[in-house]
Amino acid sequence: MKLLTFKGGTHPPEKKELAKDRAIVRMDPPQFVYVFLSNHAGAPAKPIVKEGDVVKTGQVIGEPGGFVSAYLHSPVTGVVRKIDKLYHPVQGRPMEVVVIERTDEDQWQLLEHSDWETLSREQLLEIVKKAGIVGLGGAMFPTHIKLNPPAGKTIDTFIVNGAECEPYLTVDHRLMLERAEDLVLGVKIVKKILNAKKAYIGVESNKMDAYEHLKKVCADSDVEVVLLKTKYPQGAEKQLIYAITQRKVPVGGLPMDVGVVVQNVQTVIAIKEAVVDRKPLIERALTITGEAINNPMNVVARVGTTIQQLVDFAGGMKEDAEKLIMGGPMTGIAVNRLDIPILKGTSGITVLAHEKEPIKKPCIRCTKCVVSCPMGLQPYLLYLLGNKKKYDQAVEEGLMACIECGVCAYVCPSKIDHVRVIKLTKRVYQALRGGKK
Amino acid sequence: MKLIQSDAPHIRTKDSVRSIMLDVLLALAPAVAVATFFFGWYALFLCLFGAVVGELIEWFIVRVLRGQKDFSFDLSAAVTGLLLAMNLPPTAPWWLLLIGLLVALGVAKHAFGGIGQNIFNPALVGRVFLLISFPTLMTRWVSPVRGFTKSVWDAMTSATALGILKNSGFSAAIQRFSYTDLFFGNVGGCIGETSAFVLLLGFIYLLVRKRVNPVIPATYIGTVFAFASIMYLVNAEKFGTPLFHILSGGLFLGALFMATDMVTSPMTIKGQAVFGIGCGVVTMIIRLFAGYPEGVSLAILLMNALVPLIDRAFKPKIFGEVKV
Repeated sequence: MKLLTFKGGTHPPEKKELAKDRAIVRMDPPQFVYVFLSNHAGAPAKPIVKEGDVVKTGQVIGEPGGFVSAYLHSPVTGVVRKIDKLYHPVQGRPMEVVVIERTDEDQWQLLEHSDWETLSREQLLEIVKKAGIVGLGGAMFPTHIKLNPPAGKTIDTFIVNGAECEPYLTVDHRLMLERAEDLVLGVKIVKKILNAKKAYIGVESNKMDAYEHLKKVCADSDVEVVLLKTKYPQGAEKQLIYAITQRKVPVGGLPMDVGVVVQNVQTVIAIKEAVVDRKPLIERALTITGEAINNPMNVVARVGTTIQQLVDFAGGMKEDAEKLIMGGPMTGIAVNRLDIPILKGTSGITVLAHEKEPIKKPCIRCTKCVVSCPMGLQPYLLYLLGNKKKYDQAVEEGLMACIECGVCAYVCPSKIDHVRVIKLTKRVYQALRGGKK
Repeated sequence: MKLIQSDAPHIRTKDSVRSIMLDVLLALAPAVAVATFFFGWYALFLCLFGAVVGELIEWFIVRVLRGQKDFSFDLSAAVTGLLLAMNLPPTAPWWLLLIGLLVALGVAKHAFGGIGQNIFNPALVGRVFLLISFPTLMTRWVSPVRGFTKSVWDAMTSATALGILKNSGFSAAIQRFSYTDLFFGNVGGCIGETSAFVLLLGFIYLLVRKRVNPVIPATYIGTVFAFASIMYLVNAEKFGTPLFHILSGGLFLGALFMATDMVTSPMTIKGQAVFGIGCGVVTMIIRLFAGYPEGVSLAILLMNALVPLIDRAFKPKIFGEVKV
């Protein structure tokens, strides 16, 4: 069978075997949850609760703080203890967090709407918005915006990203196996919202069981399940779209410019839960994995559960644990404290064991980064220009097209951290340009 | 337990500069063995001398002269040293190699800033320096002695295949050396260039290990073949056959192991193709029209100088870039 793919990329050790056979288990809600008001890309939500308020599970505690923002709901039934500041792993600085003490079993406050099949496209979009759904693959971009392209952009194709190309992570794999029916129903809803003609679910070839299962479930629907080559970053939006449709998203453009919308597996399931079961997004499934965790697993946990609670639930860390990553090892964020809560976009906790420090060398021009860059960039050159602060030249060489997948740094035999410098160069360039306005 | 914070990606390939260089050394090993068979133990001595003393010189330069505390052997100097030794006649005195190593590593490599910074292939700079400074010693060719017990000092001096072609024409050259001899190495010449066959074996190992790609060798050798084919039609006796040209002299050693030097070759596939074609054209111009019978070293060095321009001219296409 021909496997769909893109040009470039690499194939790091998959490490999926640690957790891929562990069925998703549900973790009891912890006594305290810490819910960041910034639980999505864009402006933080505005809190509408105060200290001492009693809240139900699913009750709105934050309203969108801007156009690119999202609703926030209480993950437990209990009392708001305080609104505090806590280190935010994505923002990298202290941000406001709502601390809620759980006092009772879940008393749900569900979304209010009638049978979804009678609802219009606009009404469905409103439900997605009210449910606080954001991209659960990690980007946390508010889903209602992504599903509502501006006038003039027609979407003909909807793609479910089931690639899960990050090493170690297995939660999407498990969801495709365990919740295929929900996923397909979600696809149906999204198709209706987008008025899209065609829907695909793309699955990497290292998840053959999920592929076969989805094939069966989709047999009498118009959703096409396609097999992708196992390669990183197969799940990057532009690479995925190219692999499946052969369409190239223009540099600086968005998938909608080529008539496509991509959503992660779990996001689609969340849409189904909101629309059909009326559940706002208050929990997510994630993988707790890595060589240095005692009991790798896939778990459903409430948003705001701390890393400490999750690590304990997975049997604790091993002696040689050295790095704890929120997300996977290619793009995740390493944190050095365990009191940080998971966000809506936290797809995994990966705990890596101690490794010998690799020997750094200057670039020997081996071409690996150039050959492997999925965006056709020259990472070694961007690294050089970034270090020399030649921002304009770096932009001319395609700096802004970088998708920050980390392939260049992964493949480098000299252990050069291209992607760190490229990210920094982008930020500095943007800041400088913003300052000129 | 202390958790460390660092930037993504959090995993790195196991490949390192050292593992790449080790593979290059392993890929050259068959050619060293065959050279030992054809030219005797002294050829092996020179090869080992080049690799070991190369590393020692690098250690001295980096640790003592430049005062870098965190120096670690990455075997790149061993590769340079071995390649330089393989680019010498089997009769070269050891001190000649030592001078060449000092020029290669001291001038061509470390004066430019060390590994990754040099513009020219260090081994070839060393070789060309010796060729100009010690022309007699550098062209003291002998016939193969065949067998591990014989000494190269007893061997007959003899011109190389390309030398005979230049001075006496193609029929004289092909009478002395059959294509089989040229392919398997039963001919006089530099230590490492004698057998195209084992060089190719070593290169296939590098291909399998995904250390190199075949663009430069293919375009280089292909261009020499094409160029020689045209000249063959012009004057077969004077210029020789295309097959003769690709099997003689240092073409395989140069195309497979010198032109492919990562540091001094272009970064993109298109650029590498241009580089290989350029090497081929210059090699043939020197071989056929200049005063030297062989042109591989000079051709590669000349193209090395053009690499920054080639890199600028032949960039990869950015994914999704819109042509305006």
